[in-house]
Amino acid sequence: MTATTHDTVAHSRSHAELTGLMGLMTGDEKHGPAATSTLDVLWVLYDRVLRVGPDRMTDPERDRFLLSKGHGPMAYYAVLAAKGFLPVDWLPGFGSFDSPLGHHPDRVLVPGAEIGSGSLGHGLPIAVGTALGLRAQGLDGPTVWVLIGDAELDEGSNHEAIAFAGPAGLERLHTVVVDNSSARHARPGGIAARFEAAGWSTATVDGRDQQALYTAFTAPHPGRPHAVVARVEPKSG
Amino acid sequence: MDTMRDRFAPVLTRLLDEDPRVAVVLAEIGADAFARAQARHPDRVINVGIREQLLVGAGAGLALTGMRPVVHTFASFLVERPFEQVKLDLGHQDVGAVLVSAAASFDWPAGGYTHMAPGDVALLDTLDGWTVQVPGHPDEAETLLRHAVAAGDDKVYVRLSTQSNAEGLAVDGERFLRVREGRSGVVIAVGPMLDTVLTATEGLDATVLYATTVRPFDSTALRRATEVAGTDVVLVEPYLAGTSTAVVNDALSGVPHRVLGLGVGRRELRRYGNVDEHVAAHGLDARTLRERIRGFLA
Repeated sequence: MTATTHDTVAHSRSHAELTGLMGLMTGDEKHGPAATSTLDVLWVLYDRVLRVGPDRMTDPERDRFLLSKGHGPMAYYAVLAAKGFLPVDWLPGFGSFDSPLGHHPDRVLVPGAEIGSGSLGHGLPIAVGTALGLRAQGLDGPTVWVLIGDAELDEGSNHEAIAFAGPAGLERLHTVVVDNSSARHARPGGIAARFEAAGWSTATVDGRDQQALYTAFTAPHPGRPHAVVARVEPKSG
Repeated sequence: MDTMRDRFAPVLTRLLDEDPRVAVVLAEIGADAFARAQARHPDRVINVGIREQLLVGAGAGLALTGMRPVVHTFASFLVERPFEQVKLDLGHQDVGAVLVSAAASFDWPAGGYTHMAPGDVALLDTLDGWTVQVPGHPDEAETLLRHAVAAGDDKVYVRLSTQSNAEGLAVDGERFLRVREGRSGVVIAVGPMLDTVLTATEGLDATVLYATTVRPFDSTALRRATEVAGTDVVLVEPYLAGTSTAVVNDALSGVPHRVLGLGVGRRELRRYGNVDEHVAAHGLDARTLRERIRGFLA
């Protein structure tokens, strides 16, 4: 119980700090659900799951986190700043000509970013190749994570990757789908069902419940890739 | 004679044995030839099925982990269909790969327009930093494939074709070769066009340069050739006509010059048949080429 209490306190304090960091980019003190839909997922991953750090970006044994949903990257930059990957004083320049921090991240410019993203549907196929590359080099330790949005899942390239990774048994591959009900044409349960049909292990959880996210992220899934559907408030408008 | 594509799997099988960085990524096409290599290197010969966006994306992911991916399918499904993956997953991610295509502009005319890619090199010209190798013989294909894989983390496109010259030349993966010297015009023959160009220019007082590495373009060799042969330049390319006209113009921007770009026409023929019939339909047979080249240099 002590550990749980400690975690809760640490996370709530950090969570407040993240909102402040995002404010440096947007000038707002409060952010709507759309801007923060990925925030709890990102925080739990970087705080408790991923074996990464600012000093490990050239370490072949590091875990790989690929932000495929490059839209609305303020939460991502805030987490990277909070974890020391990039200086906090970069945040106010967000989107300006001289800033490395664009409205879509560029891996060449952003310390800690494994890929550049913005055009939807590129992260999961790249993550498949990353998992294959680690396996081919006998690097059994690192896991590969990719974050996509529920509307991003409309892009067919994702389905090429999902349909391959299951039968290929890419156990080290993990996909988090942040579901804010923004896909134009969708059916209840459809996201998890598509992964399951391809042989993935899946879990669907409340994307604001950090403990539930942690449990879903760390669930064993021997021999299969793992998908976590993180449901958050519907995108407004 | 065997084809360039017949050499591809044996060469890569040896490179897989020699270099642990090398991985081959396939989308069904060409997979049978890699059966032995796949048995020996199951983690480095990867067939993703008929999924060309994943083909290129997975290649990029392999490169991000430090490997040297060699990605192969027909040109239309390697460069055209997943063009955004080529642009973003390789170029924008700042990683390299070797893309090796087959079927070229019209290697399988009976297959129709869906399997023709005369625009592949022109499309790659919209992107930065690509090396483009167009071998004209299976022996040259072997050489250029080895150069491509050994080229660090460069982005290299190797365009294999069933069209071929009778004999391979000693290509070095960089420079043009001067195969004939004249004083009234320069004809640049690209890859498999060389034999036809030599026949077409027989008896003409023109210099013939042979180009297998077309990007970067050997501007130095062209400028040197024009010092004796003058600045009337004819390009004969096995892909879209005029693909290299702009780079010739850039190479000769300091001097008055004229350029004629010959190659595959834009217009969709809607014809099947065989390669020779398509060569003739695009005016790339020796007799028609001779008329067009003589008319321009006259």
